[in-house]
Amino acid sequence: MPLKLYTKEKQVIACLAGEIDHHGAGRLREEIDETLERVRPDRLILDFRDVTFMDSSGIGLVMGRYRLIREWEGAVEIHNPSPSIKKVMRLAGLDRIASIHSSPPQSGVNSDKTEAKV
Amino acid sequence: MKTLNEMKLSFPSRSANEAFSRTALSAFTAMLDPTIEELADIKTAVSEAVTNAIVHAYGKKIGIVYIHAKILEANRIVIRIRDTGCGIEDVKQAMEPMYTTCATGERSGLGFAVMEAFMDKVKVRSRPGHGTSVTLEKTILSKGAELHADHC
Repeated sequence: MPLKLYTKEKQVIACLAGEIDHHGAGRLREEIDETLERVRPDRLILDFRDVTFMDSSGIGLVMGRYRLIREWEGAVEIHNPSPSIKKVMRLAGLDRIASIHSSPPQSGVNSDKTEAKV
Repeated sequence: MKTLNEMKLSFPSRSANEAFSRTALSAFTAMLDPTIEELADIKTAVSEAVTNAIVHAYGKKIGIVYIHAKILEANRIVIRIRDTGCGIEDVKQAMEPMYTTCATGERSGLGFAVMEAFMDKVKVRSRPGHGTSVTLEKTILSKGAELHADHC
């Protein structure tokens, strides 16, 4: 599963792609955590724009990163989930631990907040 | 209800087969002309059940996961995912949302909750030491491209 990680000041952007399931989640977790622990960002942005499928393994992935970044009071943002992925997130109540946005994170994260709830 | 079409699949419990199995079931369901949402529901539910078999039923061992899918009259699809792994002591407890036996905190414990939310019916049968079978059922409503016996 392709993963691109960008670090900008105190934020880390993880662009996820393809299918997120139990098979691929382990490697994603390791790569994201390695960067999180090194940078200790205020904010982790997970961009789901190119994710075509996600089951509850993806929920575990988001929850695990939330738990890690909370150790230094950081926050998690989710961007661009497809309708079916949003359905899984809504079921899991992910909006209680992360804000969910419909627009791209690249151009100034705060002003992109077009949707606050799943 | 009369069975109009069916398929069987068996594969070793390697995690690479999670994607293979849900894609295969998606292709089988496609003949009912489902919406993208209905197809995503089925793919997600199958992925959850197969992942449970791989992660929980067999754990570190490699066993066989069996899938038997049927298309019945009235656009009904029935998918049974079966393993011969460790089985579940308390099915009711296992089906509670957020219940997980995973100690690392990386499994959400939402597998059965997702199956129940995305399918019309979920039936779980298990015998500790012998295995588990999960039966998922859904009626494909949307486009109404009903499959008739003579088309199969």
